[in-house]
Amino acid sequence: MIPVAFDYTAPSSVADAISALGSDSEEIKVLAGGQSLIPVLRLRLAAPTLLVDIGRIPELRGITDEGDAVVIGAMTTHAEVADSDLVKEHAGVLAKATETVADPQVRHRGTLGGSLVHADPAGDLPAPILALDAELVIAGADGERTVPAANFFHDMFATAVGDREILTKVRIPKHTGWGAHYEKFTRVAQQWSIVAVAATVKVDGGSISAAKVALTNMGATPIRATGVEQALLGRAAAGDTVKQAASSAAEGTNPPTDTNGDASYRRHLANVLTRRAVLAAAAS
Amino acid sequence: MTVTEERSVTEVGSPRRRKEDGRLVTGRTRWTDNISLPGMLHLAMVRSPMAHATITSIDVEAAKSSPGVVAVFTGADLGDEQGSLPCAWPITADQKAPPHPSIAVDTVNFAGEIVACIVARSAVAAKDAVELVDVEYDDLPVVVDMAAAAEGGNLTHPDLGTNVSATWVFDSAEAGTGGNVEDAIRDAEVLVERTYRQQRLIPAFMEPRSVVCDPTGEQTTLWSATQIPHILKLMLALTCGISESKLRVIAPDVGGGFGGKLQVTPEEVITLVVSRRLGKPCKYTETRSESLLAGHHGRDQIQKLTLSATREGIVTGLKVDLLADMGAYLGLVTPGVPILGAFMYNAIYKFPAYRFECRNIFTNKNWTDAYRGAGRPEATFAIERLMDELAVEIGVDPLEIRERNWIKHEEFPFSTVAGLEYDTGNYEAATARAKELFGYDALRAEQRERRESGDPVQLGIGVSTFTEMCGLAPSRVLGALSYGAGGWEHASIRMLPSGKVEVITGSSGHGQGHETAWSQIVADRLGVAFDDVEVLHGDTQISARGLDTYGSRSLTVGGMAVVAAADKVIEKARPIAAHLLEANADDLEFTGGKFNVRGTDSSIGIGDLALAVFAAHNMPDGVEPSLDAEATFDPENFSFPHGTHLCAVEVDTETGETKIRSYVCVDDIGKVVNPLIVEGQVHGGLVQGIAQALWEEAVYDDSGTLVTGSFVDYLVPSAADLPHFTTDRTESPSSTNALGVKGVGEAGTIASTPAVVNAVVDALRHLGIRDIEMPCSPHRVWSALQHRDGDGSSSGADTPTEKTFVDDDADPSHNAQLSGEGSGSGAAEQGGLA
Repeated sequence: MIPVAFDYTAPSSVADAISALGSDSEEIKVLAGGQSLIPVLRLRLAAPTLLVDIGRIPELRGITDEGDAVVIGAMTTHAEVADSDLVKEHAGVLAKATETVADPQVRHRGTLGGSLVHADPAGDLPAPILALDAELVIAGADGERTVPAANFFHDMFATAVGDREILTKVRIPKHTGWGAHYEKFTRVAQQWSIVAVAATVKVDGGSISAAKVALTNMGATPIRATGVEQALLGRAAAGDTVKQAASSAAEGTNPPTDTNGDASYRRHLANVLTRRAVLAAAAS
Repeated sequence: MTVTEERSVTEVGSPRRRKEDGRLVTGRTRWTDNISLPGMLHLAMVRSPMAHATITSIDVEAAKSSPGVVAVFTGADLGDEQGSLPCAWPITADQKAPPHPSIAVDTVNFAGEIVACIVARSAVAAKDAVELVDVEYDDLPVVVDMAAAAEGGNLTHPDLGTNVSATWVFDSAEAGTGGNVEDAIRDAEVLVERTYRQQRLIPAFMEPRSVVCDPTGEQTTLWSATQIPHILKLMLALTCGISESKLRVIAPDVGGGFGGKLQVTPEEVITLVVSRRLGKPCKYTETRSESLLAGHHGRDQIQKLTLSATREGIVTGLKVDLLADMGAYLGLVTPGVPILGAFMYNAIYKFPAYRFECRNIFTNKNWTDAYRGAGRPEATFAIERLMDELAVEIGVDPLEIRERNWIKHEEFPFSTVAGLEYDTGNYEAATARAKELFGYDALRAEQRERRESGDPVQLGIGVSTFTEMCGLAPSRVLGALSYGAGGWEHASIRMLPSGKVEVITGSSGHGQGHETAWSQIVADRLGVAFDDVEVLHGDTQISARGLDTYGSRSLTVGGMAVVAAADKVIEKARPIAAHLLEANADDLEFTGGKFNVRGTDSSIGIGDLALAVFAAHNMPDGVEPSLDAEATFDPENFSFPHGTHLCAVEVDTETGETKIRSYVCVDDIGKVVNPLIVEGQVHGGLVQGIAQALWEEAVYDDSGTLVTGSFVDYLVPSAADLPHFTTDRTESPSSTNALGVKGVGEAGTIASTPAVVNAVVDALRHLGIRDIEMPCSPHRVWSALQHRDGDGSSSGADTPTEKTFVDDDADPSHNAQLSGEGSGSGAAEQGGLA
């Protein structure tokens, strides 16, 4: 299928991008890799009049060590995130989730920022970002502002990033020494997550001293399984205790029903996958 | 460059790499969509979003004035010129069929049906105008469920007065091929009654359908991504009232079909009619979304089965009551697809009584038609699932129950209860080899251990011992089945003066490897180099006669025509060779590409003879200066490949997920021309059959909207989802053709589906599971386990999981052994709560 005609601009700086977003074109979309946007255009589900391609802005790309945090530019590709030693060491659950995104071709084109701002409920990167208590830096005409991940995801395909803003970077507090695992459930390899669980835990002397768990595709936005996190604290990182703690994973969720499963099945999966994710994280 | 070698090894049987793959794999070839002609216009279709509605008005004015648009056509605009799309297989004299205009005129009968066609100077301009066409519809009641439709209620086509298109019966008592099945059921010591559902599938070929039509010459030329250029030519002529001699159809390289391109499509008719109206070349290429929505679908049957047997597990009768969902219309062979299955329900077994009754049902969905195996996978699934169920009833191993019933190798040729004569086969040999490769006994031991320990991941073993009828088809048989054509195939051979050989086949390959296989056959037959043979196909001006490619017929029928043509070449060459060698023709022997005078070293090669004939300076009196020959082969009988497939799966009772642990198949496809091509066919076939078992399903909602309209929801597997396949062959050459070949294009697809589902059920049998509806998704497996536990709240409300339990065993006393060992084990309880 062929998209409806649109104008295209590829600014070379954040300032130029913000200025392009401020133009009076009727409907503006940001192109940040295009793994979701291009299919939507080709299916004519969207018909923007202007595409602002932010993939050619050097300052939006790269991974840096900023002391107590790892900072990832929004246009850093999935492949770069998954391969980064900094990310693997200090934000392991993000590296592990990123490895599961689609296929190598997509991981070399798709970007972290694109995935986060697209905010597909079945996308794999919002949950680890939420679990890691990341901060998201948003640039607009009035300068930059920082939003915690907990306030970033507003609804299905809706985030704190406004129409005339772009996400510039993600600041992730270091979780050095934490175990991490992303447990993703699909029917075929090339499929969006039916349910997935991002878990990162700190184990001291065989018991869990800190735990962060977030769920993918259990509602319109990623969801922290706070009940599970609390239940895990101080408990042994072993099968029975983790199983008991994980049994509350689906509490307060509102998962979808589709051809892959209904809501009750997804709630059940959330419990099973949370147990598996936490045990794997504790063992990693 | 040609390498000419001394021909010491035979080509047939050698794993030649496919000569066509260079251009097919790189795409540096002519696909239909690559074709661009001067002044060519582009078509886009406006499709109905409604499944059943009256068209009250169509406003095309805005579309007509859209930039680049040349014309917009509605069904009314095309009028009689578009005719009614053909159905070549009226299975009964009173079969009911609605008219089938390519562009709907008064009503639409499925979502995706074409209501208008945009013609524009570019593909973009045509697409842009689609949404400017304003169609008003009045809703009609939508018929989606075939079982409900069969009982009456709302009608898909009110004018027909019924949703039943035709009822077709085969009864062995009436046919004189066996006993009365009702007697067998009455006297049964054991009865197994089951209902299985063959979900609707989408062929999902790689190359979307595309058609280009050039009306500017004396003949109108139509290129199409089709499997059937010859049938298409005839049918387009008849449908549109064009002289057949004024039409030329070309199938250039075609990227797969699986039966999905065995069709005369609305898009082909529209492109033909519109290009002739406008006097301009036109092109239409579908999007992937249109392909899934409106390319014909496959399967979609409900099979109600009754198997009677003795206490020893000897089957005494089989009764099949089938409902087949036609969708809204009858395509080229739609009504005949279930009939192709009718002859295969008895499979490899010696059933003494058999009755098959099929009702073909109309619904407001896309029409179904041939899809890889066409009727035979459905039949094989049913009987192979039933044999596993019978094994459980009797309490013996599933391989044992099969052996008690199958035709022994010394009993061939064997006349079956369905009236076919199986020529050769050796089920014992294939099964023994498969068991050995599989490690059957060790896997059974591991299965016992896992059951006893209540492992959350259970092991299941599935068996499928299949056969199929290939080589469609003896023309007299097709005549008896009221099919509208014969089943022969044609070939011709042209001997070029340079010694090269052109082989023209009426079998229209679309990825199968015809060019390589035919080259191997001709290289051996004529003693020429493999690389000196060029295979031409798919253009009705070059290949004037042919019946195309489907039904595993190419090699068994088309290959035999090539053999016959080659033999004619040799016989035409013989008197000329005798003349040039100054010998008696009877003293010549033809070996290694040369005629030798027996007992001398005097000889002449076939290439030299081709040059001599080209020059024609020195011909024997009364002999025409040509070695070229053609032949038509009509098979006497079908061929009957068979095989034993064994599948081990691991089913995670916590999530319901199935993973294939190992898969072994030993196929007997007779003689093999190219083992590499065979291997490719088997692997691809296995994947397609496994996909039906585990992943693929075309789902419509209650309003008749296709829910699985993209590859996001219609799950086609990739290599990452599949295990290593262990394949091997046994060989019982077919006696129905001189090559001894049987056909392999559909084998893997037919055999693998029941092997996988049998394995899934086997993994869960001790937990009280007797069936999982296809595809055996994790959700369905998990729901079945919940249902068993009486946790009704867990079953799916919005996905069709309620049907997961097909719980219609007639007599509970027959199920005493079903509970088996370890029922209610910890595994299922863990499945209920993590």
